[in-house]
Amino acid sequence: MTLAHLPVLQVAVPLILAPVCALTRNARAGWVIALAGSVWSLICAAGLLLRVLQLGPQSYAIGGWEPPWGIALHIDVISAFVLLLLGAIGVMVTIFARLSVEQEIARENISLFYTAYLLCLTGLLGITATGDAFNVFVFLEISSLSSYAMIAMGQDRRALTAAFQYLVMGTIGATFILIGVGLLYMMTGTLNMADLAMRIPAVNDTTTVRAAFAFLTVGISLKLALFPLHLWLPNAYAYAPSVVTAFVAGTATKVAVYVMLRFLFTIFGASFAFGALPLSEIFLVLALVAVFSASFVAIFQEDAKRLLAYSSVAQIGYIMLGISFVSATGLIGAVVHLFNHALMKAALFLALGCVVYRIGSANIDAMAGLGRRMPLTMAAFVIGGFSLIGIPLTVGFISKWYLVLAAIERGWWPVAVLVLAGSLLAVVYVWRVVEAAYFRPAASEGEVREAPWALLAPTWILIGANIYFGIDTDLTVGAASQAAAQLLGSGAIR
Amino acid sequence: MNLLGLYNYWIVIALMMTGFYLVIARANLVRKVIGLNVFQTSVFVLFISMGKVSGGSAPILADGIVRYSNPLPHVLILTAIVVGVATTALALALIVRIRESYGTVDEDLIHEQDRDS
Repeated sequence: MTLAHLPVLQVAVPLILAPVCALTRNARAGWVIALAGSVWSLICAAGLLLRVLQLGPQSYAIGGWEPPWGIALHIDVISAFVLLLLGAIGVMVTIFARLSVEQEIARENISLFYTAYLLCLTGLLGITATGDAFNVFVFLEISSLSSYAMIAMGQDRRALTAAFQYLVMGTIGATFILIGVGLLYMMTGTLNMADLAMRIPAVNDTTTVRAAFAFLTVGISLKLALFPLHLWLPNAYAYAPSVVTAFVAGTATKVAVYVMLRFLFTIFGASFAFGALPLSEIFLVLALVAVFSASFVAIFQEDAKRLLAYSSVAQIGYIMLGISFVSATGLIGAVVHLFNHALMKAALFLALGCVVYRIGSANIDAMAGLGRRMPLTMAAFVIGGFSLIGIPLTVGFISKWYLVLAAIERGWWPVAVLVLAGSLLAVVYVWRVVEAAYFRPAASEGEVREAPWALLAPTWILIGANIYFGIDTDLTVGAASQAAAQLLGSGAIR
Repeated sequence: MNLLGLYNYWIVIALMMTGFYLVIARANLVRKVIGLNVFQTSVFVLFISMGKVSGGSAPILADGIVRYSNPLPHVLILTAIVVGVATTALALALIVRIRESYGTVDEDLIHEQDRDS
């Protein structure tokens, strides 16, 4: 039955489409192929989520080689949920990309851009779907290498140095993950995640396993831009082409968070991961420092893309905060915020993409008076900003609600207060853009028109999702609570 | 287990630290890439070391071969080498473009130019 092949088809189809896209050498054809790949992965992800919710986790042995010998794909609630997010953001960003990329990237490179995009999507889908620890490394490098290439396509020459810096730090992170996986293989003789989870308890009192754990945690933290390891992120987001920023901000760090959850909870198990080391305290402190320092730096940025990039570092702090509680509510908060932050950041960066499309810059001073000239774009930005702050009826509120709830549950009142205080900083930096757009006279006399519908439609669909999932939380919180139960369950067995 | 008997792991650590140091301390972007390569190579040696079974032959199905080295780490490292080559190629391509637009491959000079602009 073909439905049983969904896990592998959703990864394989974009991978096969990528070289096809490179061969066409035609901008429009490249876009159509990229869109087809994204829509396909969204359909597969929706199908997989339905199957997982009805039938339980789906396993797929590639090439018919039974795990633990062959490579297995393993889809449970959290992976299906992340796959759905990747597909949805991929489709919206690709729709947006047609006009935006035509303007920002040289015509002869456009089909190659879509090739890189499809490879990046493949890598991210693969990381999420796989049940094999070494496979995570391979797919991670596929997605990273293609994202370095996409970031380097930015118009500003600083995009090149940003991409290089990201390449160096990303490669170090990925190599750390490789070392960690190698050390685990050394102790257990297996790479299959389920098999690893079964065999690690017998050897978890050894230095080798602890070293593996340390290498993996640091490597993945680099990839997800946890506070002191976030230095690659602001430049990469600020100078990349608009669509790339929206795509990478919505997906790459989120998938890294997913990998972190997988390794901490599914493979090592919560009792080892948080028992052997004071990891909960370390994450808690780093997460809070991330929230405050990055939000504070964001306030003083001149460029709106850079401002949102720093805000991303802060929001990743919230996600890690949820993980650091090591409780069901905390994990629900983390997983929900993973989804919600992807929605809000992708929407906000797409709104900025509309601005860049019309005025050629995302500089806050250049955005003066845009509220009257591009009302729909700026309205989208304002609603996205509300969501970032966490105002009720937006998704941001749901995430903050669960995080505060988790903090109170643990009796950590100061943390709950700090989460709310962090939102106040978000008010300040969102306000800077709003103030420029609505309360300052237009900077130039030139005629600036509203962005075309082809750009506004995907932006507003994502903004709509921000509001919809802020009111109807059945899907997000439902999936997140099942995911949290599964993640903690695998830790509680031991 | 004596310390000298584990000499391959000492080499791994030495290479790893050398590579890491090159990446951090050198301002020249090409040297950074070389450092990155040394760093990755140390991990390759680590994997290959762990696959070796003392007295074991190559994993061939033939008469008289009972002990053989674990072939899986070799296969994994083949993949990792390919990834490493791709990373190096991309990094060098970026450096070429950086040199075209900045006229230098020195990180400090690049930062200086960015500050001035």
